[in-house]
Amino acid sequence: MSKAAELAALIGSQTALSNRNLIINGAMQVDQRNTTVTTSAYSCDRWFVHKTNFDELVFAADQDTTSPDGFSNSLKVAVTTAETALASDELFYIRYQIEGQDLQHLNYGTSSAKSIILSFYVRSSLTGKYSILFYEPTDTRSNTQSFTINSANTWEYKTITIDGDTIGSLTNDNTGQFQFYITLAAGTDYAGTPHSGWGAYTATDDYAFSDQVDFSAQTGTFYLTGVQLELGEQATPFEHRSFGDELARCQRYYYQTQNSENSVHTQRSYNNSNSYIGSLAYPVTMRATPSFSAQTNTITLPGISNTTGTFSTHSITRHNALIEIAPASDAGAYTYTVIAKSNAMKFDAEL
Amino acid sequence: MDEMNITSAQYQQNSILNDSDELVLDGINHSVKATIDGVQMHIPLDPDNRHYAAILEWVAEGNTIQDAD
Repeated sequence: MSKAAELAALIGSQTALSNRNLIINGAMQVDQRNTTVTTSAYSCDRWFVHKTNFDELVFAADQDTTSPDGFSNSLKVAVTTAETALASDELFYIRYQIEGQDLQHLNYGTSSAKSIILSFYVRSSLTGKYSILFYEPTDTRSNTQSFTINSANTWEYKTITIDGDTIGSLTNDNTGQFQFYITLAAGTDYAGTPHSGWGAYTATDDYAFSDQVDFSAQTGTFYLTGVQLELGEQATPFEHRSFGDELARCQRYYYQTQNSENSVHTQRSYNNSNSYIGSLAYPVTMRATPSFSAQTNTITLPGISNTTGTFSTHSITRHNALIEIAPASDAGAYTYTVIAKSNAMKFDAEL
Repeated sequence: MDEMNITSAQYQQNSILNDSDELVLDGINHSVKATIDGVQMHIPLDPDNRHYAAILEWVAEGNTIQDAD
């Protein structure tokens, strides 16, 4: 896009010049979990990869450095073992969700509901038609669109305009009120002839188009990055935000301590030789009270290195957690405990 | 709702000292310790938490959260 065209696009759009991208981590820069996902789970922050009822399909999803010009990362979904025959109840997708309170300016559910446009860069080993389901879970309404991969293993830029929904409303709260699903494979229980535009959702017709590709049927790779959802009907250039900005936005939904730099310091409880308690504040207030888990149960105590122990929450809020550690060996009264660098603590408030 | 494989769930309570200076449970459930998709988690009793929402569905299917011990 030329500079003049970029400026015209910006002026023509109905949105601001900054903070216009409603997607967090659209460039897939942030990957706090830093793991390869092989079951239904979040991969790059905010991006959920899911499969249902498959018999043979094995996939691996992770952050990748394969990316188009101007980007450094992408979300890669690789099929490593293909599904021989797609059964009717099998479904494979990438999902993104947005809180309702971040979308009130769209005026959904009113006569002045506004259009939005999704733009993204995609690269796939399988050419053909892919569906994207836009879904309002509260009112169970949907709008199914599609895009086409024209050339295998080549980055392509896609845009999809979504009309405003004058009927379905988005509750003004912290729950996932707007979702979209990039369908990689859908059995006949989920594929049909979707209604045009927004309408009541029926799984058998509205999830995906019946002529959608079956990405599960062969080994291959699907890459996604540069995802932007913005107000208006004119896609603008991707809004690059700083890594720190994106990380902080992601940490509203998931926070994981990294190595020893974010360890929690605890002190032995009174009258309990097997209980060490310490407070840990999150970098940002989380969307909801998070679940807590620990990556391993190995901890380091002064004088008793690399012992084992269990972790739990004494109390937990959207702002901080009181972590309780029960080591296998007591280090004595009033002794600090430092969690070893191998032990990441995970706080999950994802949608 | 995401499909989650819940294999165990037990309420958690904090310990307090009683009049005899003994540690006892405070009688207030503050979270659920559950194993979901093979991972042990401590889950707050917050319906906006996706794991707790899944546990509530799991209970609605006839499963039981064990009492704290």
